[in-house]
Amino acid sequence: MTTLQRVNLTVNGVNYEREVDPRMTLVDFLRHELRLTGTHVGCEHGVCGACTILKDGKAIRSCLMLAVQADGESLETVEGLSSNKSGELHPIQQAFIEEHGLQCGFCTPGFLMSTVELLGETPNPTDQEIKNALDGNLCRCTGYQTIIQSVRLAATKVQDSKLAGTDGSA
Amino acid sequence: MKPAPFDYYAPATVEEAVALLEKLEDDDIDAKVLAGGQSLMPMLSLRMARPEALVDLGKIPNLDYIREENGHIAIGAMTSKRDAEMSLLLKEKQPLLHIASGLIGHKQIRNQGTVGGSFAHADPAAEYGAVAQALGMDMVVVGPDGERVISADEFYVSFLTTDMDSTEVLTEVRAPVMPAGTGWSFQEITRRKGDLAMAGAAVTLRIEGGNCVDVVIAVFGVNAIAARLEGAEQIVNGNAPGEALFAQAAQAASAEIDEPISDVHASGDYRRALIKALVARCLTEAVERVA
Repeated sequence: MTTLQRVNLTVNGVNYEREVDPRMTLVDFLRHELRLTGTHVGCEHGVCGACTILKDGKAIRSCLMLAVQADGESLETVEGLSSNKSGELHPIQQAFIEEHGLQCGFCTPGFLMSTVELLGETPNPTDQEIKNALDGNLCRCTGYQTIIQSVRLAATKVQDSKLAGTDGSA
Repeated sequence: MKPAPFDYYAPATVEEAVALLEKLEDDDIDAKVLAGGQSLMPMLSLRMARPEALVDLGKIPNLDYIREENGHIAIGAMTSKRDAEMSLLLKEKQPLLHIASGLIGHKQIRNQGTVGGSFAHADPAAEYGAVAQALGMDMVVVGPDGERVISADEFYVSFLTTDMDSTEVLTEVRAPVMPAGTGWSFQEITRRKGDLAMAGAAVTLRIEGGNCVDVVIAVFGVNAIAARLEGAEQIVNGNAPGEALFAQAAQAASAEIDEPISDVHASGDYRRALIKALVARCLTEAVERVA
């Protein structure tokens, strides 16, 4: 039996502290320990991108990180996108609905979080920039065209919400 | 939980890490160094690697930098590949290393994966292997007897194997500043974008009096370690650039490879064919880039 390690981190602005087995991956920690099951587990070895979350604003694969490595870090998951108070969806989520950017929805949390990073860095991306940013996310049902359209619409919506003074950033 | 159990250590300094690695070795405990984990984590999850202890370098400060000093670019081992990809200093002073950084994996991998981790992991299909051989890079490692600097041709030993001892830690990699007037090119062929390359090539050269000089051709993904193809280099050296010359050099490069890797992704013959195409394309592009 290995020694349990204390992990203290922030997820979507909330601080958590747990004791975990060092071999627990970050995505298992989010889902099993914190019950934040919006982040999905697909391949568990860094191929599919379903588990994509943000660490200090940067998209990472939470299956390729140990929970203990995230000690002291600030994370954002898909649960942090919509407003808890009003239940209003984030403009990126709304865009994926309107442009049919999902079918079964399994890959969607990963695509959403990759899109958050992209639009933070490049508010008005070209199609090529969208493809480059999403090349680490796999979708097995909708196909990619409607996802690219969703990101295009999301870029417009995020910019509109910023102009309107409502905070569209995650 | 997918990985097999292990003990976890997060030393605060390089010295602490080295002392810890020494102690673990003395106690006959199989330890592995964890940097960004983008290669190690899949190996743990697939249980291809089952270390008894992990020594995480993630909590050691001051290993995250890209700076110019004494005519070379120094990159701290824990610098993310994404930072290397976005570095304006690297883009200006060492574009070959810069362009290769952006070709590694996907953005999510480059955000978390480290420059040093890739060098130390020594995957035959890793872009940095070819860059290291082409540029004659140096690796700085710290062990129980202090610091030593290892040249690329000594650093890479075999498949996933470097010259580093199990008690040593890679702290920095160094690449010479690219001399003005150098043409360069880096190209690879992957099944899907972000996949490990089936084959790739790196070229640097200069033009003097209308002829190619200082020609360097390095290939990766085809053997256990990336290597320079000196036969092909000699064909180009001292001659005027041109399609026929580059075709001849590409043919020679393809023939020069000894027993290319043959696996589920590509047969050895296919890899030879890829090298032939890539070397010709790289030479052409490098000449176009000569300032």
